[in-house]
Amino acid sequence: MADIEFGLDTFGDIPQTDTGELASHAQAIRHVVAEAVLADQLGIEVFAVGEHHRPEYAISSPETVLAGIATQTERIRLSSGVTVLSSDDPVRVFQRFATVDALSNGRAEVILGRGSFTESFPLFGYDMNDYDTLFEEKIELFSRLLTERPVSWSGTTRAALHDADVFPKTESGHLSTWVGVGGSPQSVVRTAQYGFPLMLAIIGGSPERFAPYADLYRRAAEQFGTTAHPIGMHSPGFIARTDDEAKEIFFPHYKVMRDRIGALRGWPPVTRAEFENEVAHGSMYVGSPETVARRMASAIATLGAGRFDLIYSAGTTPMSDRMRAVELYGTEVVPLVRDILA
Amino acid sequence: MHSLTDPKKATIGILGAGKVGTVLARLAIAAGYPVLIASSRPPAAIELTIDVLAHGAGATTASDAAGRADIVILALPLGKAVPLDGVETLPVDQLRGKIVIDAMNYWWEVDGVRPDLTGDDVTTSELVAAALPGSRLVKAFNHMGYHDLDEGARPTGDPDRKAIALSGDDVAANDVVADLIDSLGFDAVDLGLLVEGAVLQPGRELFGANLGAAEIRDVVEQAAA
Ligand SMILES: NC(=O)c1ccc[n+]([C@@H]2O[C@H](COP(=O)([O-])OP(=O)(O)OC[C@H]3O[C@@H](n4cnc5c(N)ncnc54)[C@H](OP(=O)(O)O)[C@@H]3O)[C@@H](O)[C@H]2O)c1
Repeated sequence: MADIEFGLDTFGDIPQTDTGELASHAQAIRHVVAEAVLADQLGIEVFAVGEHHRPEYAISSPETVLAGIATQTERIRLSSGVTVLSSDDPVRVFQRFATVDALSNGRAEVILGRGSFTESFPLFGYDMNDYDTLFEEKIELFSRLLTERPVSWSGTTRAALHDADVFPKTESGHLSTWVGVGGSPQSVVRTAQYGFPLMLAIIGGSPERFAPYADLYRRAAEQFGTTAHPIGMHSPGFIARTDDEAKEIFFPHYKVMRDRIGALRGWPPVTRAEFENEVAHGSMYVGSPETVARRMASAIATLGAGRFDLIYSAGTTPMSDRMRAVELYGTEVVPLVRDILA
Repeated sequence: MHSLTDPKKATIGILGAGKVGTVLARLAIAAGYPVLIASSRPPAAIELTIDVLAHGAGATTASDAAGRADIVILALPLGKAVPLDGVETLPVDQLRGKIVIDAMNYWWEVDGVRPDLTGDDVTTSELVAAALPGSRLVKAFNHMGYHDLDEGARPTGDPDRKAIALSGDDVAANDVVADLIDSLGFDAVDLGLLVEGAVLQPGRELFGANLGAAEIRDVVEQAAA
């Protein structure tokens, strides 16, 4: 377990400013850039921003935010988390990330996914009924574009390509690409089929539950003759000085977001008891640096994961608290997890 | 009737090999049942998945699973089971006369906007029952998230045991399903007629519930009050 990588992940949630008002979308985006700059200074390995098309989240165009971060950082890898490939054009996704790769001296990375929301479908004129076909065709095309050689392709979800050469080329000749998967076994198998690394989105329940998915990924890669890369996981959390402080700050802001999204999906409001249970046994890494590190180390060991990304920004959590969580993650949590796993 | 839930005699068929289908298959295998599971694709497409996630279950076609099983669980997207164009996608003939458990919910993000599935005056399970003439339909396993289902199985009498609520118009079928729920590791709470399952649907009081039997009964009582 020598080289585990640690990342931070955000959707650009709209935070409260220090005067208690909700930030504008523009402020929220600039705040994310500032957090990424701090993460870079602290030596965190990856900063990921996820695409959403909802009022609670400021980031709909991850690579534009990453481009901003790219020119202000030195070492940190710049990732999406995820790029909703189904409702995007694989050619443009490649071009935009290859551009970020240029701006960042080779630090760009794409995490392709189907997304956990569906707003992008009507927004970009796609039909939910084509959900499976859209992803299947587009991931296939994307995998061919990654060769950085002229591509000929035809399908039902975009115009055909005839010997199309796509620019800019990356300097390394390889744009790092992962696939993010929720709980769908079929998606795990598909990821292995293309030989992409697998990022498991573990947003509820005990992480052990995903061990069979890690197994499925490895077995499928074996069957397809592709490479089984180290698995990544991403899960939500929040860090403050003490467990109580972390929970007191985080819960009300998380609840606003969770209940709003829950209402869309028909879930009753989340209770404090459910939250406490998720923090104690599930997939919310909320607490002091020691608590969060202990739980992360145990999850990483259980899944044999090679990368852990913490989604640190749920809901309206104030800017300064978020910034401090980033700092504690880099200065205390990550070194502690490394110690525990050493 | 009781032999229907005897692991030595009853075969469980599961239509849908996704998140819920594979968890239910795993629970049923653990309880000793023979399990057949299918998606809409050829069996080979799910064989590896089943071998890893529900080792011991047989991957087959939907009509074969429905034909050979004694109890069949519907764990596919509702919009696929009750398609807008009315084209039959479920193996209706093979399901005739059988106990069919409806674990499905209307989920607009998957099923699209379907006013026909969201009327206030009819539950989705009643629509499924209408699409399956002659089947003995019981609504169950729909209210609990698949990860809670995965982690929640406990032996009978365990103080932390969670419950699964069910509803259906065929009392004997409800009893069989209650027994099955118990053997899979959950207490069963029979809410009565299929229409009583309204409280289990998305947007209602018990949707998402990961509670014990007494708590479920409390919520139902409060919802009725
Ligand atoms: N996720 C939950 O926590 C949860 C909890 C309780 C109830 N439910 C309900 O359970 C159902 C399944 O949900 P899920 O989350 O398991 O979805 P999922 O992961 O997308 O799985 C759906 C499965 O159904 C298969 N399928 C599609 N059309 C089919 C057909 N005509 N015949 C047989 N199989 C078919 C799919 O495979 P192919 O497309 O390859 O055929 C896939 O294996 C839904 O109605 C959902 O509302 C979900």
